[in-house]
Amino acid sequence: MPAGEAVVCIRDVVKEFGPLRVLDGVGFEVTRGQTVAVVGRSGSGKSTLLRCIAGLETIQGGDIEVCGHPVGRPGSAARAQLRRDVGMVFQSYNLFPHLTVERNITLALTLVKKQSREEAKGRAAEVLGLVGLTDKIGAYPEQLSGGQQQRVAIARSLALQPQVMLFDEVTSALDPELTAEVLGVMESLAQRGMTMISVTHEMGFARRVADLVVFMHKGKVWEIGPTQELFANPRTAEFRQFVGSEL
Amino acid sequence: MIQLSFAHVVYLVEAARWTVLLSLIAFAGGALVGLPLALMRVSRSKLLRGLASAYIQIVQGTPLLIVLFLSYFGLGIMGYKLDPLVAAGLSFTVYAAAFLGEIWRGCIEAVPKTQWEASDCLGLNPVQQYAYVILPQAVRIATPPTVGFMVQIVKNTSLASVIGFVELARAGQIVNNSTFEPFVIFAVVGVIYFAICYPLSVASRHLERKANAGR
Repeated sequence: MPAGEAVVCIRDVVKEFGPLRVLDGVGFEVTRGQTVAVVGRSGSGKSTLLRCIAGLETIQGGDIEVCGHPVGRPGSAARAQLRRDVGMVFQSYNLFPHLTVERNITLALTLVKKQSREEAKGRAAEVLGLVGLTDKIGAYPEQLSGGQQQRVAIARSLALQPQVMLFDEVTSALDPELTAEVLGVMESLAQRGMTMISVTHEMGFARRVADLVVFMHKGKVWEIGPTQELFANPRTAEFRQFVGSEL
Repeated sequence: MIQLSFAHVVYLVEAARWTVLLSLIAFAGGALVGLPLALMRVSRSKLLRGLASAYIQIVQGTPLLIVLFLSYFGLGIMGYKLDPLVAAGLSFTVYAAAFLGEIWRGCIEAVPKTQWEASDCLGLNPVQQYAYVILPQAVRIATPPTVGFMVQIVKNTSLASVIGFVELARAGQIVNNSTFEPFVIFAVVGVIYFAICYPLSVASRHLERKANAGR
């Protein structure tokens, strides 16, 4: 797929939890290599949107395509393809507590990608190097700091060589120092050309790293645009107020 | 009246072997049926959930004594005369499966939902999710309540005496009938039950520590 082509297409997505409409006709496109920051207040629907792209929530309307394939239903071929294309990193890390750092990473490589144990271990060492945690390969998650756990979670996702990485408020549970180390890893990923969608409260990160900023409000894309432009000229009162409160 | 002797104690210890055997049958049978029940209880299929739930409700709402009567005397009348050990083994399997099924369901559900999501996002299929991510964590959660229930089983095997199964409690009665030293005899019986159950509790604590150290 050449650069500039849409990797993620979101069209008119509607998501309801019972009577509550959380996403109300959301749509935008993400092109290859782009870093997108989705920002907005709590309850604006930004995390839900990310979970819909990852196939963790079913949508009631509209459609989402990743690398030309629909998100699909659990167990479908389309879903299997989605799992190959999309990596997801969670706010609460969600490492497997009963497995070592290495096995956390090699599990999907051996089970899903059918790599040999040796091949998978090599890959684990490689991605741990990328996040600067080679020395923690034999540790269990609870022996690591939150920042280290999150970097392992990023490495675990990265090991599967996804086309797009989704980050769901990945630094919200971390103190500032640990936040910096995780953001550093994400920034280097962006520089290597990884396509990323990041739901974040880190406005500094959004300004510095994102190519495109999506401001969500009341389940809608309230403002969207190239980062510099958007922050320089907020069009709506809501975004102006949001930027003001975050600074 | 016969004088209480060492031979009587040996007789009690030998009878305790039947208590242990019945406990093992109950646990093995209960686990074999209980695990599928637990998985059915958390399955997506409404039918499977309903079937497992109905089984558990019925068995948990029936005294074990009645289950024993049904499988020994009830099936006997219907022409299926079972050996007391078989009838007791069957009854305890039915009983333990319901409780283990319910205990283990709780343990599977106690594994955070986010573990399902994370393993799903890595592309694991449901069987792989269970085998490599969910059940290993559920086992750790399940160890203390499972051992606790095993201790219950050991003590409840005394109920099997009502269908003529000579285990530890029944053996105590038999010895008492000839020697009439109830305090001494039932104290010895109690000590033997304790000797069976206590190591289970110790093992449980050990397993718990080991599991926690390994995380």
